[in-house]
Amino acid sequence: MSTPVSTPAPAGSGASPSGAPVDEPRRSGGRRVVDKLIRARELGLIVVLAAIVLITGILEPAFWNADSLSDTVLNVAIIAVMTAGMTLVIVTRNIDLSVGSILALSAFLCGDLLAKNPDMPWIVGVLLAVVIGAACGLLNGVLVTWGRVPALVVTLGTMYALRGVAFLVTGGRQINAQDLPDSFLKLGSGSVLGVPTLILVALVVIIIFWFVTRDFAWGRQLYAIGSSGRSGGHAAKLAGLKSDRRVTQAFVISGALAGLGGAMFAARYGTVDATAGQGYELRVIGAAVVGGVAIAGGSGSVLGAAIGAVVLGTIQTALIVLKIDDFWQQAAVGALILVAIALDRLIANQSEALLRQRSARRRTAA
Amino acid sequence: MSTPSTTTPIVALDGASRSFGAVHALKNASLPLRGGEVRALMGENGAGKSTLVKILTGVDRPNSGQVLVDGEPVVFHSTADSRDAGVAVILQEPTLFPDLSVAENVVMGRHPKRSFGRIDRPGMKKMVQEILDRLGVDLDPDRPVQGLSIADQQIVEIAKAMSFDARVLIMDEPTAALSGREVERLFGVVRALQERGAAVLFISHRLEEVYDIATVVTVMRDGEVVHDGPLSELPEDELVRRMVGRDVNQLFPKTEAKVGELLLDVQGLSREGVFYDVDLQVKAGEIVALAGLVGAGRSEVAQAIFGVDHATEGRVSMNGQELPLGKPTASVAAGMALVPEDRRQQGLVMEMSIGHNSTLARLGEMRKNGLLSPKKERDEATQWAKRLQLKYGRLTDPVGTLSGGNQQKVVLAKWLSTKPRLLIIDEPTRGIDVGTKAEVHRIINDLASEGLGVLMVSSELPEVLGMADRVLVMHEGRITAELSRAEANEERVVRAATGRAAVAEEIA
Repeated sequence: MSTPVSTPAPAGSGASPSGAPVDEPRRSGGRRVVDKLIRARELGLIVVLAAIVLITGILEPAFWNADSLSDTVLNVAIIAVMTAGMTLVIVTRNIDLSVGSILALSAFLCGDLLAKNPDMPWIVGVLLAVVIGAACGLLNGVLVTWGRVPALVVTLGTMYALRGVAFLVTGGRQINAQDLPDSFLKLGSGSVLGVPTLILVALVVIIIFWFVTRDFAWGRQLYAIGSSGRSGGHAAKLAGLKSDRRVTQAFVISGALAGLGGAMFAARYGTVDATAGQGYELRVIGAAVVGGVAIAGGSGSVLGAAIGAVVLGTIQTALIVLKIDDFWQQAAVGALILVAIALDRLIANQSEALLRQRSARRRTAA
Repeated sequence: MSTPSTTTPIVALDGASRSFGAVHALKNASLPLRGGEVRALMGENGAGKSTLVKILTGVDRPNSGQVLVDGEPVVFHSTADSRDAGVAVILQEPTLFPDLSVAENVVMGRHPKRSFGRIDRPGMKKMVQEILDRLGVDLDPDRPVQGLSIADQQIVEIAKAMSFDARVLIMDEPTAALSGREVERLFGVVRALQERGAAVLFISHRLEEVYDIATVVTVMRDGEVVHDGPLSELPEDELVRRMVGRDVNQLFPKTEAKVGELLLDVQGLSREGVFYDVDLQVKAGEIVALAGLVGAGRSEVAQAIFGVDHATEGRVSMNGQELPLGKPTASVAAGMALVPEDRRQQGLVMEMSIGHNSTLARLGEMRKNGLLSPKKERDEATQWAKRLQLKYGRLTDPVGTLSGGNQQKVVLAKWLSTKPRLLIIDEPTRGIDVGTKAEVHRIINDLASEGLGVLMVSSELPEVLGMADRVLVMHEGRITAELSRAEANEERVVRAATGRAAVAEEIA
């Protein structure tokens, strides 16, 4: 590392014009450096998380009692599930602003169905929520890929439109906990083997999509599409990837998981009206960004995004517990997102410079 | 290894035409690709080679005519279709996924699988490592592509083509960014493929390479195939004559320049990982060419001098006055103008009218009582259109309707109207037809003889040799040779550009 790269190579010098191929030990240094930086990022998030929990707990011991902690984690579970879907969409260099509205629509219709048919198995309600979410996601995906309209515009439109539909469907009504079957409400408050059910659901979703995006061709193609999107998408086209189909599928999954989030919302809070989940879309995007998902597409992991969701959720609870002014709560979340973005930029620049230097040195050595 | 030309081609183009609006990029072109043959596709920029490649690779489809695979007509709806037919393509500019690893770039779209459809990572790595070993390159398959040099990216492209046993390999100027050793390695791979019975289509502007590797040749001019036959029957000068359609020497009527005082003085300009220690001077009335291969860092140097890009080290002075780095406004104020490489992206607002585009850099002077005066704009634009012999319908037509050469004239008009003392021009004639090319050259020559200093980045050797008073050659981010007009010849420039021999010593 000590040799400055800018040492001028003698211009076109040397007896042999190109030099004999030098047998160097195979290096995986480039990869290791980048890996380290990325791992440092996720580690950093966990350190931040630990610091928040510790400091808040010291200042306000009530934060550490079981109720408060489980409250935090349960709130995070819904956001984390939606963040997994959002990550898929952002990785393809798109965005989904409609998840909050999808949550409201599916939460209400799911709750309404179960309230009107108390004998129906709760799983039907959950499935309905997922299907409604998937349908909304399909609409987003088709508009983005067939219509060639930027996702920001499309999902901004569907965000308002679906919220409107939610108001229309509810007609000002509200579903209350006493309308809902106990079996369904248990989903929100119960636990399996000591682990709250909602957490279990979130963990399953995160693990599934973490694997899908890491170990399956389908998931890797999402990264490829996002990565090539920055230079016009030619690489994806030349690799024969069905970009439109993949992007649509990512939106469908994001919608379906927002629908699942809706069912979780109904089960957890019991109270659902048309304003449910308002502002969730930004919390979800914020969680993904804090978790290291590059908004320009092509990089970031579902796991990182989930950690991001936990960090954001914990900070919010911590600030409430510490009775910090609402204004400062918002400012703190905003600051965290800005720091995360600045950090990513810094890491990206650093690793790019390192990788460049390495190939430059390899070439001068050759 | 020559196969009788009566065998059915693996893939062929049969009477294909493609037009974009009024522009006929391809006219009734036929081209057979037979197993065991390396076919060179020759032609100037804009002759229709790229369009032909796009059709063969499924990126584009012809308006008429067809693609034949093993003699059967097919339609390639996508690159996946052409790949399934066994067509692999290596483009001049690598198209890779920067965030993904080298190995994933190679297998993307065809990941090796293991149980439950999971990606077989160890298998993937092993396969890619084997290919890279066969190519004799030291490249870590786990490393992200981001930060690789163009040459290394090209290697990844080649590995990609080799990873599925391509029956047809199309290479569009694959050697433009490669060094001598890398070219030899590539040719070894091509010969191995040829012996296995694959068909190869090779596009290059380097004649020696073409004669080295190809057996048959197709020559194109203005979208038409003008020659098709064995390469051995076509001597070099005859080949060039068919490509250009006229004698080459007449193309550059160089007027002797009166070189004046020092205008631009660049000392030790560096940008980490891109270019290093660039020293260069441009005097009034002088045309200095910055030659080299694609990816050598020439455009980056030009942009850093102008200040659009940041240099990490070095000094740029204009008229003896040092300029702050990374401040284009200061450069413009000091009398610099930059005509960028990519007209469509950086040089023009395509939807805007010819008139508006040509006065865009001087909106301040087009004012009358605080408002833009259409009359002033019109007068100014007309004057430049006349001077540069712009061929246009009306000044209110969008710039996008003009031909490439005339678009370039509008960009020139825009910057020349600011009365610069130094013109930095990046690839002045890229994608311009031969006729207009000569006009652009004449304009640049005239301007220089009026005392304008010109720094010209160009990949076209005839242009460099024909236009420049002095040639600076870059290789891998460094200036490897400085040649006077008398010293500059094709061989010396190419050698310095590929870092192959000590041109500097030869001259000293």
